[in-house]
Amino acid sequence: MNTPRAALIILGKELRLELRTRELSNATIVFALIVVVLFSFAFDPTAAEARRYGPGLLWIAFLFAGSLMLNPSFAREQANDTLDALRLAPIPSFGLLLGKMLANLLFLSAAECVLVPVFSILYNVSLSGIVGRLIIVLFLGNAGLVITGTVFSAVSAHARMRELLLPLLLLPILAPLLIAAVEATAALFADPPALDTTWLSVLGGFDVVFLTASWILCDYLLEE
Amino acid sequence: MPSPQSAPAIGLRLEGICKRFGSFTALRDLTLDIAPGEFVALLGHNGAGKTTLLRIASQLMRPSAGRITFVSGNEALSPDSARRAVGLVAHSTLLYDEFTAAENLTLFAQLYSLDDLPARVAQALDACGLGTRATSLVRTFSRGMRQRLALARALLHSPSLFLLDEPAAGLDRQGLAWLGATLSRLRGDGCTVIVSTHARNESLDLATRAINLSGGRVDRDSGTGGDPRPLLATLREEA
Amino acid sequence: MKLRIPIAIVLTALIIFAGYAGLFIAPDEATMHAIQRIFYFHLPSWIACFTAFTVVFVANIGWLSTRREKYDVLAVSAAEVGIICCTIGLITGPLWAHPVWGIWWTWDARLTTTFILWLLYISYLLLRGLLDDPERRATLSAVFGIFAFLDVPLVYVSNRLWRTQHPQPVILGGKNSGLDPTMAKVLLLCVIAVLAVMVLVLVDRYRLELLRREAEGLRLEIESRAEVSAGDAGS
Repeated sequence: MNTPRAALIILGKELRLELRTRELSNATIVFALIVVVLFSFAFDPTAAEARRYGPGLLWIAFLFAGSLMLNPSFAREQANDTLDALRLAPIPSFGLLLGKMLANLLFLSAAECVLVPVFSILYNVSLSGIVGRLIIVLFLGNAGLVITGTVFSAVSAHARMRELLLPLLLLPILAPLLIAAVEATAALFADPPALDTTWLSVLGGFDVVFLTASWILCDYLLEE
Repeated sequence: MPSPQSAPAIGLRLEGICKRFGSFTALRDLTLDIAPGEFVALLGHNGAGKTTLLRIASQLMRPSAGRITFVSGNEALSPDSARRAVGLVAHSTLLYDEFTAAENLTLFAQLYSLDDLPARVAQALDACGLGTRATSLVRTFSRGMRQRLALARALLHSPSLFLLDEPAAGLDRQGLAWLGATLSRLRGDGCTVIVSTHARNESLDLATRAINLSGGRVDRDSGTGGDPRPLLATLREEA
Repeated sequence: MKLRIPIAIVLTALIIFAGYAGLFIAPDEATMHAIQRIFYFHLPSWIACFTAFTVVFVANIGWLSTRREKYDVLAVSAAEVGIICCTIGLITGPLWAHPVWGIWWTWDARLTTTFILWLLYISYLLLRGLLDDPERRATLSAVFGIFAFLDVPLVYVSNRLWRTQHPQPVILGGKNSGLDPTMAKVLLLCVIAVLAVMVLVLVDRYRLELLRREAEGLRLEIESRAEVSAGDAGS
């Protein structure tokens, strides 16, 4: 079986499981909303300040919510050893990993579909005219987040204190992604809004490097 | 309802297999040649290395040293082809509690690229006596029902090498009967079977060979074509 | 290794001489005067740090491709030594910066990259500490180590780009351009001395780790034999 087909089967399984249990999406959205609201207590932003600090706030909220959400990706395959069942099947390891990455990408994007409008309302930051370009930035940033996060979910699934370990491993790695995503988003919030291709290249580069590394190293990630 | 053998029977060759977990050695320099179609009873106390051996045979686990070869006819199979032909019943059920019985089987049928999914899944559920519970979540099943479903999942792709790790554990009477019938059918079809157990049960009457593991090594082996009954007789009766 | 003690003595003498050179032989720097002398250990500790982390990267790849335990031992030893060098750099940096520029820290590309580097390798060691099975520990930490190493250039690039958009006081640029010849010689001496000491410490740590694992293996062997004979006696 080839990788894309395997990835789609796994993606389908993850989506079906999530729709059945709704474990991840509820917790993720609520947590991210809490972060967004708490920030307003930390500093009471005017509309101009909100445009300036908004990108940083948004991406930190996504990062924190994302690292919480990515943990169960492999951790919940430990119940009944279902990961063994997936590894037994004649599917390429990267197909399995890619399926989970795609699922996590969808879950995170779904949470952001709620979060970004809420942020826009709470902080009076208008999104008109930039939605399309914002989606591009969000996509590239989310991709980097779920690529590295899914890999580290597999790494930390075998460790003790894995809920704490995953953010510990993930957040330093994501430093360049955070900078690039925040700057690209800030460029969109600026007046006039602009799609900053330099930062998009950094994001794209990050995604390509770590997707390739995942592809090369996926067998080691899943072996016993 | 018997399902046709998907491929000719497979032999298993283990050469110098070692498995270390840190400083604990589970398997030491294990060499075994299992011929196609053999029905092997793998015996030994808990901790002797039976589970480790089965996990290596199913390619879930990498040996620390040594080589494993799957043979079909006179050719060695590639690891991927071997995975398609191997079925494993493990200690855990390998099932998703939040899916229904049918959803679990459908998922694994898809992963094995099987066709005619609805019919195949329905047939498998009927065979293990869970036809009426196809749309119930596995979470609601009793232990015996889960074990039956686990068996059904392992058989779905008609494996030519079937590995079972203490399959009778947790099975109810209906399940035990079905297990016995299934193993009997597999033996008749020429499937290679390795069943591990540490106590006596009826399925062992089908065995054509008995191998006893102790301390990670082959302790006694009735050999291909030999008589396994003396070795099986040394097993204690299951309580 | 019988040469260890003579080598250690030579290197100790070398590093003491290098320190002396940095403090007394090198000419006084025009604007920063005495505090600039920290530079003679600050820069070499960075070089040692990056060398150590490159060794970690190579060892990670070595483990994954060969599964020979010595690569895992090398990886953990080099990571620890690298973190120490990095910590020295992160401490000497602010100590230098504060008297000269009045600030302890600035988020320029180099400093930020080094701080993230420090965090990454601390996480590497934390990960190792939380994984129990030795083979899995070696494999999974090697994967993380490779990701961490690949991340470093990305961190540097993104910080550099960010810095050009948000200009910061340039404090660490250009110190290697137009270096006085005596200063250059002293610097080279210090780089060699620090690198040599780093290698010595690395080799020692490597051997210590090998011994530790051997001792652990023997201990478990004794325990399991005791269990077996107790079991035999009982049955």
